Amino acid sequence: MTFRSTTARATSFKFTFWKLVFLFLMAAGLYATFVRFTQGLGASTHLSDQFPWGIWVSFDVLCGVMLAAGGFTLTAAVHILNIKRLHSIIRPTILTAFLGYILVSAALMFDLGKPYNIWHPLIMRNPHSVMFEVAYCVMLYTTVLALEFSPIVLERFNLQKPLKVVRAILIPLVICGVILSTLHQSSLGTLYLIVPEKLYPLWYTPLLPVFFFLSAIAVGLAMTIFESSLSSKHFGLQLELPVLQELGRVLVVVLGVYAILRFEDLANRGVLKLALQPGYEMYLFWLEISLCIILPLALLLQPRVRSSANGLYFAAVLVVLGFITNRMNVSITGFEGSTGVRYFPKWTELAVTGMIIAAGFALFGLAVKYLPIFPKEELMQEPAMENERALPDVSPVMEHAGD
Amino acid sequence: MSKALLYDSTVCIGCKQCEQACAGQNKLPYDDAIAAEEIQSAHKMTVVLTRGEKFMRRLCMNCNDPSCASVCPVGALQKTALGPVTYDASKCMGCRYCMVACPFSVPKYEWGKLVPKVQKCTMCPDRVAQGKPTACAEICPTGATKFGERDELIAEARKRLRDNPSNYVDHIYGLEEVGGTSVLLLSAVPFETFGYRSNLSKDPMPMLTYRVLSHIPDFVPLGGMVLGGIWWITHRREEVALAEAPKPAVDNKNKNGRKA
Repeated sequence: MTFRSTTARATSFKFTFWKLVFLFLMAAGLYATFVRFTQGLGASTHLSDQFPWGIWVSFDVLCGVMLAAGGFTLTAAVHILNIKRLHSIIRPTILTAFLGYILVSAALMFDLGKPYNIWHPLIMRNPHSVMFEVAYCVMLYTTVLALEFSPIVLERFNLQKPLKVVRAILIPLVICGVILSTLHQSSLGTLYLIVPEKLYPLWYTPLLPVFFFLSAIAVGLAMTIFESSLSSKHFGLQLELPVLQELGRVLVVVLGVYAILRFEDLANRGVLKLALQPGYEMYLFWLEISLCIILPLALLLQPRVRSSANGLYFAAVLVVLGFITNRMNVSITGFEGSTGVRYFPKWTELAVTGMIIAAGFALFGLAVKYLPIFPKEELMQEPAMENERALPDVSPVMEHAGD
Repeated sequence: MSKALLYDSTVCIGCKQCEQACAGQNKLPYDDAIAAEEIQSAHKMTVVLTRGEKFMRRLCMNCNDPSCASVCPVGALQKTALGPVTYDASKCMGCRYCMVACPFSVPKYEWGKLVPKVQKCTMCPDRVAQGKPTACAEICPTGATKFGERDELIAEARKRLRDNPSNYVDHIYGLEEVGGTSVLLLSAVPFETFGYRSNLSKDPMPMLTYRVLSHIPDFVPLGGMVLGGIWWITHRREEVALAEAPKPAVDNKNKNGRKA
């Protein structure tokens, strides 16, 4: 133990590349935060009356919630379906989900015009509003995640009594979590049902809630594969390959169902021809479809790829990027035609988003370092490298954020 | 019962007194520079557009079943029985879903302010409540903007279309769009010329989301029961498997021991 901590201290003085990236992102983000809260939304964003929602909604909220979907997917698989083999990866997944929702809430504070009124939906109810429902579900689900996460902290401090209480209510808690997630993951799609005349037909469909829900499951599985692979690389953990292979198999099924429904829906609505009509929308549509359907299915349908650690990792990254593109298309690309405005985020918007992603990786690393997230005997390497792990994927995600 | 505005663009002379009266009523600045702006904004709730010799007003349509009021999570926007769609800035948290949802893209935001509000024409709710016409209708020198009962104004608009069919496009904009609005428009040229959408449904937009939302009260108990049921089955299966597993390995004696 002592040996480990001294080496950790020694290495922590080294400024590695990813640590510098992390510091840069935090500094830029903090400066952007200053601009946002001293000069307002107009000065800190490229939002306008024609384009009132930008990447703080598209990426930080829509994608953030989607990327945290592993939490409900995995808890349902382990506790409800009783698939014990998946138990070993449930803690990092819950951690990812919990951090995800905290970061989504943080991002909302930037995007809301009057963030100090964020509690208003608690007492000013409008049950006809999808946003109201999303607000409630996200609040409640974050509470559920905090409780699902709490055993990890309680164990760390050896608080047996509260631990017993949480364990006693675990199953109802998990059921609540799955219901709340189903509701708000799909409702983020329902948000856009009210704008049939504004959203481009390749993305506007009455099935938006179904697609958002299905893709949340796909991304939940992909994120679990992604984060397990990264953790094994950067914390020197043993890779749970059989578990990931199992997730990969389920992912194929979910993506297959999604693909069939997506194209059937386009055909039924008679807008398939738009997918072949060259233009801005068409290119981004095919980028989305290639990343989230064609390439990952082509990879995962080959048993050789599906059983290899690298193959699974690569396919999972594609799925995550693909559905990030999807959310960006629904919330940005699809509106550019009808509003006649090309939106590209301002540097401050990118800096805040970058800071939030960087904070997510850093918090994940800290949690792994100080809390029993992974089974103890598996921690073979000292976990001082958390910042390094931080950031391998920030750059691709960031590139995407500007979509 | 419900009040409305009828704007007949063939009578309008483009004097923009409605813009000025609106600014005065809503305590917004108004000068020549603002008069020249041809776009609705946080400081200009109504605008008279000019295309050649034709004019057209743009203002909040004050829909009968407004998207903005339906999507607002805190109920800051409300449809009143008299017609106006009002806004309460103290409730608003600034999510701007109303701006995204509005089929007429009416609500505007004070992007430059640290404590921003949504701004839109609210059809002078205080004046209407006192039985007075809106500021724009009161000032209009030609009667192009007319205030009155919605039913009577519809009859009036139909009469004008019937009496002078060659003067008008045969359409009362706002009669059926998104389930009807409290602002009715008549025009000599197609409404698209002035940016009015022609692809709007005749059904109120809020049904599109409410159709989905209304299933939630059924979904929650049903989902709970299904998930609980699956949990019960999978764990029961495990108990049974545990109870039966040692049977072939050792003797029957162990079976009971395991159960405890």
